[in-house]
Amino acid sequence: MSKRIGMEIALAAAEAAALCRPDVIAAYPITPNTHVPEHLSEIVAEGRLDAEFITVESEHSAMSACAGASGAGARAFTATSSQGLLYMAEILAIISSMRLPVVMIIGNRALSGPLSIWNDHSDIMSQRDIGWISLFAANGQETVDMTIQAFKIAEHPDVMLPTNVNLDGFQLTHVVEPMLMPDQEEVDRFLPPFKPFAALNPDDPVTLGALGLPDIYTEACKSREEVLLNSKKVILEVWKEWEEQFGRKYEPIEPYEAEDAEVLMLTMGSMGETAEMAIDELRKEGMKAGLLKLKLWRPFPFEELKEAVKGAKVLVVTDRCLSYGGAGGPVALEVRSALYEEKKRPVILNYIIGLGGRDVMVDHFMEMIRTAAKADAERPEKAYEIYGVRE
Amino acid sequence: MNTAKQYRSGLVENFDLYAPKLVDKEEYFAAGHRACQGCGEALAIRLMCKALGRDTVIVNATGCMEVISTMYPTTAWKLPWMHVAFPNAAAVASGVEAGLKVLRRKGKIKDRYVKTVGIGGDGGTVDIGLQALSGAMERGHDMLYVCFDNEAYMNTGIQRSGATPFGASTTTAPPGKASRGNRTWKKNMPEMMVAHNIPYVATACHSYPIDFMNKVKKARSIKGPSYIHCLSVCPTGWRCDSKSCIKMGRLAVETGAFPLYEVENGKYRLSADMPETLRPLEDYIKLQGRFRHLTPDEIGYFQERVKLEYKKLMTKVKSSR
Repeated sequence: MSKRIGMEIALAAAEAAALCRPDVIAAYPITPNTHVPEHLSEIVAEGRLDAEFITVESEHSAMSACAGASGAGARAFTATSSQGLLYMAEILAIISSMRLPVVMIIGNRALSGPLSIWNDHSDIMSQRDIGWISLFAANGQETVDMTIQAFKIAEHPDVMLPTNVNLDGFQLTHVVEPMLMPDQEEVDRFLPPFKPFAALNPDDPVTLGALGLPDIYTEACKSREEVLLNSKKVILEVWKEWEEQFGRKYEPIEPYEAEDAEVLMLTMGSMGETAEMAIDELRKEGMKAGLLKLKLWRPFPFEELKEAVKGAKVLVVTDRCLSYGGAGGPVALEVRSALYEEKKRPVILNYIIGLGGRDVMVDHFMEMIRTAAKADAERPEKAYEIYGVRE
Repeated sequence: MNTAKQYRSGLVENFDLYAPKLVDKEEYFAAGHRACQGCGEALAIRLMCKALGRDTVIVNATGCMEVISTMYPTTAWKLPWMHVAFPNAAAVASGVEAGLKVLRRKGKIKDRYVKTVGIGGDGGTVDIGLQALSGAMERGHDMLYVCFDNEAYMNTGIQRSGATPFGASTTTAPPGKASRGNRTWKKNMPEMMVAHNIPYVATACHSYPIDFMNKVKKARSIKGPSYIHCLSVCPTGWRCDSKSCIKMGRLAVETGAFPLYEVENGKYRLSADMPETLRPLEDYIKLQGRFRHLTPDEIGYFQERVKLEYKKLMTKVKSSR
């Protein structure tokens, strides 16, 4: 039976990963995800988990070792942040192309420079088009749940894609929260053993990672795209099973006071919980404000988004990353594209918030939503605004 | 893992020496791949696979051998084989080794010993793959890594690498009015591997097939990390006759430009194929277009440096007796 615990979220993520019985863990230290692998190595050292823990010499090798382990037929896990994710970048795209269902926790952190160890989403956004499934957790409980769900989604025979679970660095990784931690029996019941469709076995030799000439490369890309799009069906199924077994509901876009909302805000990650408080305040003032919390970033839930914004006049999209020289933050770009063809769509505003650990308070969210509410009549001049920036 | 403590002498188990007639007839690296005519590297791989046998997993760095052998949907490999990227063969092999070990321990795969072998060219080993290889060796994975050294980035069109010999002309170290080709000495990769305190390091060349296969077989028998640096003649990049592949490898060894030796638990031993006296270096380099521009003075310097390096090696060999 699940146990109520109070624990630092990074440690809880490690506990959740350990419950999934990974065979190989390869990780390299980088703030702020480090407590995840640290705690896993402790779990292995205590003999609670039978796994090979490889203390690699770089993130590039961490992801490479995960590729090798997964190719050998083992369940592989790693965790990283920021520069580490970018150092892995070369391998990330290869792993999804090879359909190796590695699971990775990303303690999201700003990219250098200037050097910053604090949180935003610029690390994962730079790696959004590499064919991985990307989930975003808003709190400790979601981190635990999504870590376990990630293995089941990734290893589903119709998916076989690597999956990352994103949690905000410090704002989640280093925060102690109360959570329900499933027990081993429950996780074993939920998560079947990993069955690779091809593994490195001398009795049945396979060639993994062949060269693709122009006559096959396009088709290889198409098959990757198709499997990633189709994975949404499995993700929804897995979330349904999770709800049935554990009673906690997951959906690609979680609404909060959104049903009759005229002004909607969209967040990803931990800021959703602060934004909820802002919505509560605004509701008290009589404003029809609501919130959408995006939990599934890749594959992007186009249909669910269209449905969720149907009744709204204004949609405020928050981004924790700037697409330099582009038309706003990556989430807003996606949302605008998704809604462009809709006959009736809300006015879309984009605020870039919380870069490199800049705090965004309840008041700030309230101000953003209040300003946005006026946008129905007066369209904003700019496609996006870096909120609170000193000029 | 503490490699210094882990590997004591005597870890190299008794193994059978090869004689020509005992070589495996089975081909694990099939014919029909797309290597150039007279490719020493493809030959070396074929010999290596024979010495390794069926219970082997190969992890290949990006490079000539990966490109010529696995053009989808074809493959030359009859052994389980994996390629991920250029700099990470040793890191991928770490994961394969760890994966096979834990799956065997948990009873999820057959209980038998399968050797993990990482392979790469000189660029993928001594340059871009050095960090991953150093990490894998230092951590003490039970794997063999073989570097097939053809002394430049041949797959991308003969650019210089850290393993390119002194004076060689490459497409990024061309001779001209202001340059005389590659100005640096070949990076001593086997010595760097010795410095990792691994139980077995050897140099080899496909032109001495029995010696090479015996070294591979010995490395395979070691429960721990081992490294073989195999000089692989590239007629395309060296600008020599494709029919001269075997001869060129022999000349590299006979002149002392590429001496054959083993380092077992820190003890150096010259291989039996090394001659008593070295041939003049010119016998080797005059047959290759990549050294054509060298002046007698430069050849003189090259010769002296080869002698010096050989002397340094012999000092280690003598002190190991």
